[in-house]
Amino acid sequence: MSASISPANRATVGPSQPDRSKQDRSKQGRSERGRNYARRYWVFAVPAAIVVAAVIVFPWIFTLFMSVHDWKVSGATPFVGMANYAKMLVDDRFQSAIVRTLVFTAASVVAPVILGVWAAVCFASNFRLRGLARTIFVLPMMATPVAISLVWTMMFHPQLGVLNYLLSLVGLPPSAWVYDSATVIPTLVMVETWQWTPLVMLIVLGGIASLPQDPYEAAILDGANSWQMFRHITLPLAWPFIVVATVIRMIDALKAFDTIYVITLGGPGTSSETLNILLYQTAFAYYDLGYGSAMVVIFFVLILLISMLLLHVRQRQAWQ
Amino acid sequence: MAMSRTTTMNRAKRLLGRAGLYFSVLMLISPAILFFLWMLSLAFKNEADNTAFPPVFIPDPPTFDNFIDVFEKNDFLTYTINSVIVSFTATGLALLLGVPAGYGIAKAKATKAAVLILIARVTPGLSYLIPLFLLFQWLGLIGTLVPLVITHLVITVPIVVWIMIGFFEGLPSELEEAALVDGATIWQAFRYVAMPLARPGITVAMILAFIFSWNNFIFGVVLAGRSTRTLPVAVYNVLTFEQISWGPLAAAALVVTAPVLLLTLLMQKEIVAGLTAGGVKGG
Repeated sequence: MSASISPANRATVGPSQPDRSKQDRSKQGRSERGRNYARRYWVFAVPAAIVVAAVIVFPWIFTLFMSVHDWKVSGATPFVGMANYAKMLVDDRFQSAIVRTLVFTAASVVAPVILGVWAAVCFASNFRLRGLARTIFVLPMMATPVAISLVWTMMFHPQLGVLNYLLSLVGLPPSAWVYDSATVIPTLVMVETWQWTPLVMLIVLGGIASLPQDPYEAAILDGANSWQMFRHITLPLAWPFIVVATVIRMIDALKAFDTIYVITLGGPGTSSETLNILLYQTAFAYYDLGYGSAMVVIFFVLILLISMLLLHVRQRQAWQ
Repeated sequence: MAMSRTTTMNRAKRLLGRAGLYFSVLMLISPAILFFLWMLSLAFKNEADNTAFPPVFIPDPPTFDNFIDVFEKNDFLTYTINSVIVSFTATGLALLLGVPAGYGIAKAKATKAAVLILIARVTPGLSYLIPLFLLFQWLGLIGTLVPLVITHLVITVPIVVWIMIGFFEGLPSELEEAALVDGATIWQAFRYVAMPLARPGITVAMILAFIFSWNNFIFGVVLAGRSTRTLPVAVYNVLTFEQISWGPLAAAALVVTAPVLLLTLLMQKEIVAGLTAGGVKGG
């Protein structure tokens, strides 16, 4: 990041050549100062820390508290211990939501990562209108999710939708898309892939752009073809970035909400009800806040396990 | 002789490679192009053409009736103002809080604080909502824009802090140290030396925070009352109440997302730089 947008106007603000004695003195002072200041720089983070505590940390703690109570919107909120958690063990709807979420996530990671790596390799080479093509490619992830979900919904219409018309043009039978429990998950995965492949592409592209050029030059001299170069140079060198992109994609797929909510609301029936949708229904349609909170905790643990993986990866290679 | 043959073969190979590259790029970007063209087509066609089968692709003549319809039947002006207030306030506050915080964390090399930001990034937005919903209800704030601005900070603050940490870490520290040696306070060193240098980073953080706040749906759907809906929530309600009329629906969708798409097209360099660095995404 710093390489691409770090300011170039350093020279204009920079101090003129200091004399030697001053330079020595400042160097000596620097290490002491560095130690003293390191703590004082915390002051800068205090206002943000207060806000983060109020809107991020407080909800976490309060969620834990609610999850051990029978908490409806009004009325008494008796302490029930682990009853909400025990309920999950026998709740079929919750368990199928977990399985569904994992299936949806697996598919919504594999397809975007494969396409995203392919796209990154393409966008790493120079061609005319590359900037414009890359911007167009990024548009789906920047567009308002509700807006694109509405347009997809119209495209999925079984009788009047444009997608079934396009299928009929190439001689395929019409699909029920999101209106059939057998096709709803693959269809939502398609939307998720369309929307989030760009993020994978950008992260991997950032990685490829930082790779050294020498191996490629040597490979060209040795007569390697582009597949060999991809397989034996790009893939191994860019692997850390692909791993990071995969983990980020995994977290986002687990959390997917807007598109599923707008397009199917978990339906037909409960056939596309992922954990996040069930959570919403439990808390804000049935107002069972205690049970909803317990689900949040389990959901959070699931996501945390995966983000530990991200942190582990990030610490092992300086990820920037 | 042999030499010229290899060069011709190489040239043919390279030409084939170019053709393959252009074909790949076309394959990759066509889903996005076709989707947004179809969105435009739906928004600018009259109702008869929108429900025709086989579909009509090019609006002839293009009509603005759908847009007029959306603004007449719904209070879209209010919702637009709501969205503008919420996103601008949440982004402004996030910059006020997040830029110094990013600086402090980068300077103090406090990686633990960065971890907290990262955890905020991975937590589902819904999990903040249950406790905050109760809190706002208890404070009697439901039905005002305050809960929306506050919850949008959950999106914008982590984005700004995360991007600014990376940015300040990349700045050379000699200049601030020179300022400190010359007797500046650490606040002055930040305000007059580091911050001007970090302006490109602040721009990136601002754009991304704004876009992800603007796009947010989940907080609005729970916390907004009838008159405090943000645009994404208002558009969703168009779907539930007027499912049959596609033109106004597409027009409404276009109204919501057009500012974001234009911003992306205009600031593509900054946006790509910011997203590449942090893998940021809101809510």
